[in-house]
Amino acid sequence: MPESIMQSCLIRFLRDPQHSAAKLSPGEWQMLIRQARRSNLLSRMTHLVETYDLLSFVPEHLQPHLYSAQLVSSSNLRSVKWEVLQIYTALSEADIPFALLKGAAYVMSERDAFQGRLFGDIDILVRDEQLKEAEKALIKHGWFCTKIDPYDQKYYRTWMHELPPLKHLKRQTDLDVHHTILPPTAAAKPDINKIWEQVIEVKDYPGMYVLSLQDMILHSATHLFHEGDFEQGLRDVVDLDALLREYSLENGRAWAGLLTRAETLQLSRSLYYGLRYARMLLKTPVPEALTREIATQAEPFGFSRYLMDKMLLKAMMPSCIGQRTHLLGLARFILFIRSHYLRMPMRLLIPHLLRKALRQEK
Amino acid sequence: MLLSSIPPRKLKQQLAEEGINLKIGPFVVNLSSTLPKVAENLSDLYGAYTLEDSHRVDFHIALQSPSIIRRWIRPQAIFSFDGYLPFKPLPQTQSFAMFEWGLNWCVANNAHQYLVIHSAVVEKNGKAVIFPGTPGSGKSTLCAGLVSQGWRLLSDEMALLSTETGLITPIPRPISLKNESIDIVRSFANDDIFVGKPVHDTAKGSVAHMRAPMSSVARSDEAAVPAAIVFPKYRKDGSIELLPLSKGRTFLELAENSFNYHILGSTAFSALTAMLDQCECFRLSYHNLDDAYATLGNLIDA
Repeated sequence: MPESIMQSCLIRFLRDPQHSAAKLSPGEWQMLIRQARRSNLLSRMTHLVETYDLLSFVPEHLQPHLYSAQLVSSSNLRSVKWEVLQIYTALSEADIPFALLKGAAYVMSERDAFQGRLFGDIDILVRDEQLKEAEKALIKHGWFCTKIDPYDQKYYRTWMHELPPLKHLKRQTDLDVHHTILPPTAAAKPDINKIWEQVIEVKDYPGMYVLSLQDMILHSATHLFHEGDFEQGLRDVVDLDALLREYSLENGRAWAGLLTRAETLQLSRSLYYGLRYARMLLKTPVPEALTREIATQAEPFGFSRYLMDKMLLKAMMPSCIGQRTHLLGLARFILFIRSHYLRMPMRLLIPHLLRKALRQEK
Repeated sequence: MLLSSIPPRKLKQQLAEEGINLKIGPFVVNLSSTLPKVAENLSDLYGAYTLEDSHRVDFHIALQSPSIIRRWIRPQAIFSFDGYLPFKPLPQTQSFAMFEWGLNWCVANNAHQYLVIHSAVVEKNGKAVIFPGTPGSGKSTLCAGLVSQGWRLLSDEMALLSTETGLITPIPRPISLKNESIDIVRSFANDDIFVGKPVHDTAKGSVAHMRAPMSSVARSDEAAVPAAIVFPKYRKDGSIELLPLSKGRTFLELAENSFNYHILGSTAFSALTAMLDQCECFRLSYHNLDDAYATLGNLIDA
């Protein structure tokens, strides 16, 4: 019987690094490192070990793994900063304001969530009416379109909230350019103008913005529950947890603003789930009154919540050897379908998935 | 305890269940597999390696069939590192080569306490010689030739340059010989050198593994001082040529041949320059192993 995610070394450590570190056996440290690596959280774990000065608890022969993870994360950080600078050069030359989203935004606004985080693609937001111009400016600076298949082109441009993914010719880095935070086909339709109203300019970079902390939290919650990639699910919860903790530091117990904002942007359901799993998994300190309030506003009915709990917690379990089960595969598959369903109505979704499936066979 | 001390049937069973914990250079690798080739090749090539406690493991590796169908029809093998699958499946005949390639991948991506340089490393009289090499340069052939005549094998595939001590950490493993070099080494080597049966039609052509000498494996914990960098180039004909190479040029080529230079950043720069300060650098063109053996012997004795 594979252990449940709640008892996993990784969750125990992330919840309370100081107390758990003192209690972990050498075998558990090894398991912790494996689970953290599998969930893309090894450098975050290393960051926590360093912050709380826990290295003396780590068995000596495992320490090089943490040291390595730290080097990976600092080189990753260097390249993200460099990449952001290149994007900034391309877009500011064409006078196109843009907002960084997710990881790159945490870095440039120095949110705690960036510490030890690994970054893949960079995501940016530009205004819908400037999308074409932005694409031109980026292509001029060496980015190119990776999906040249006409169906993919149409899929991204018509149904999704972004340009087809761009890649830089020389550096091979990926860039996603969005014009809204959810696809226009999704049921929830957050008003992007309201998000632009509250963006914050990055110091020393006129024209480059990040979302307000509130919107960052909502976007992070949305991302977790609208994306199909649940192997990264736990990493997303860790992001959300870090953002919420910062929010709590900045606002004390005055969380009502977050709730109102979620309602304004039609993202209450995402926030509900985000808070639910952040609290459940990482014991994120969220005021009791807030969770009660959001539950009355946006709690899904019993059975669907029950299913979500079952599947999500299963899908997020870091699957090392021997723990990969058919149930896990099924849970991830259902969540993948669900994420697509949330983004597109059935009449679009079914032909899309069919086409994808047939193309894979070829 | 040595791997060779486990009876074949027990080895098979242990591989299928909790796996075995092999000490390979500075790492402990937990390998589990139900594929018949793996157990067989392990006994042939890893008999002299020690087994370790399970809590010391660095990399958990499994080699399995991707599905039940693939066990019988055009059998395939899949490599997984802690449940992560970095490669596409390969025909099962190549499962052991896949273990070797996969382990290279694990080290190159996870052991940044070293600058990992794509090269063979051998040692004589306490002096390590590094042969960086692009595929086809003949570094493995040269390495196998020297090792078969008593040089110590540190690695056929990667120099682990410790960024802390500046020494090369040994990771002696079977030497992978490709295509014509299989016969070249067989005819050059002494009789006590074991070269396994070649596997044909891999991405690299035919591949056969030569067992690492027992004495090299026994000295796995003994780091070596780098003394020379030699870029080999195998030629079909012509005489042997050993030409000095500038340190600047060598630096650039080594940086390019490193798997993790970009991750180590300035640490890699310092480690490489410190190493080059104490090394002589050359380009070597050779077309037979006897000449190369003599020339490199002289270089070390000088």
